[in-house]
Amino acid sequence: MSFPNDLKYTKDHEWARIDGNVVTVGITDHAQSALGDIVFVDLPKEGRTLNTGETFGVVESIKAVSDLYSPVAGRVVSVNNDLPSDPAVVNREPYSTAWMVKIEMSNVSELSTMMDASAYQAYVDSLK
Amino acid sequence: MDNKSLKRTSLFEEHCKLSGRMVDFGGWELPVQYSGVMEEHRACREAAGLFDVSHMGEVHVEGAGAEAYLNFLVSNHVAKLNDLQAQYTVMCNRAGGIVDDLVIYRRARDRFLVVVNASNTDKDFSWMQEIATEFRATNPSLPFTITNQSAEYTQIAIQGPKAAAILQSLTATPLSPIKTYWFAEGYVLGSIPAILARTGYTGEDGFEVYVPWAKGPEVWRALYEAGVPFGLKPCGLGARDTLRLEMKYPLYGNELSDTTNPLEAGLGWVVKMDKGNFVGREQIEAAKSSGLKRTLVGLKVLDRGIPRQGYAVWSPDGSERIGELTSGTQSPSTGLPVGIAYVANAFAKVGSLVSVEIRGQKLRAEIIPTPFYKRPY
Repeated sequence: MSFPNDLKYTKDHEWARIDGNVVTVGITDHAQSALGDIVFVDLPKEGRTLNTGETFGVVESIKAVSDLYSPVAGRVVSVNNDLPSDPAVVNREPYSTAWMVKIEMSNVSELSTMMDASAYQAYVDSLK
Repeated sequence: MDNKSLKRTSLFEEHCKLSGRMVDFGGWELPVQYSGVMEEHRACREAAGLFDVSHMGEVHVEGAGAEAYLNFLVSNHVAKLNDLQAQYTVMCNRAGGIVDDLVIYRRARDRFLVVVNASNTDKDFSWMQEIATEFRATNPSLPFTITNQSAEYTQIAIQGPKAAAILQSLTATPLSPIKTYWFAEGYVLGSIPAILARTGYTGEDGFEVYVPWAKGPEVWRALYEAGVPFGLKPCGLGARDTLRLEMKYPLYGNELSDTTNPLEAGLGWVVKMDKGNFVGREQIEAAKSSGLKRTLVGLKVLDRGIPRQGYAVWSPDGSERIGELTSGTQSPSTGLPVGIAYVANAFAKVGSLVSVEIRGQKLRAEIIPTPFYKRPY
């Protein structure tokens, strides 16, 4: 199970890569593994405004349905539209090819509420 | 997580060795998957799958009155069974609802093995005893005993086109003469007594093998080792569910419950009204003559979305709620988003259009023929 050091993490098992005031969001290695074979991804339209914790999409495996929650408030500026036609890539490359949305943050200070890799690792361990 | 209260089968250590992901399944600690549901599902369809189904309950019903009692207990015609033949059936409560679905194996004229669902074993056993008391009161000359032997058996299912060949390498009992829903009493690995039943819950050819509890790990390992060269994979509860769903085999708790009439569940073929009296018969008949309102169907979502248990089914224009999904997934064999649902009779015909509500949106769906998957051999 890998949790790259350059990312931030949420308790909903999403990762965020920060680039200025834009965060790229996906689901973690732990999340994809727990879900199993992912067969369906539904993502929002570009331009949508999200509140922190708001549901912006869904990931489904053969067995389970899991909502996607926005880690920050802001506007969706980019969507990975390749994902719905190849959902299995979420299992294979959760941190790279399987990024889901890019959000332009309304409030950059929200980042401080997210976990770093070691805190997230500890959080995942606590769930076992 | 405190798993101390969960029951374990004799194969718990084997699942751990194979990296099975253990979950709580009705009080049993069982693997939901090993390598992944999709891969396991495919292995079972294309080669073979190995399943631990030891959590199922086994009840012995024995004695001169065993057959007559069972025939009163369940809806199917038990007296039609021959030695070494098995029968799928349901037992109903006094309202005509389903207590459980089960398989009855006739080992001899006066010896039956009754296999019930894991999570229902205690409820079923109590119910069987209650009906036994009632039956004995009017049939004192027909003695029989009922014993819950669930802890004595390890049950392993080996399913798939290669299952028979793999199992044959472990037993001297010729398997090819055993037809579907028949069984043999023989041995595996030389001296381990085994019931070798050509039954299953996947839609594939295959066997369910009953061996003494303590011999489970040895038999499991031997089947696994013999099977790997054929492409066998151990399969968890996840694949077991998708395999049965593709066949529209009902699952107790999803399609069946204490309030389900077997006729609306599509189980009329195991309800024998002409065999004489049985528990629930009058109520099933009364419900039938007053008109059953819903039917269990298979459907396919035409828009982008996967149907799931509990989702509402609506009329095509979305104005009228007409039913509910009992199971659903993206079928691993066909790639289609399919589900099983109870719908109002007017919408039950193959080709009927309906809509399925998924996260607040009503998506188009169509009633399609079942099973969703047909094996090519």
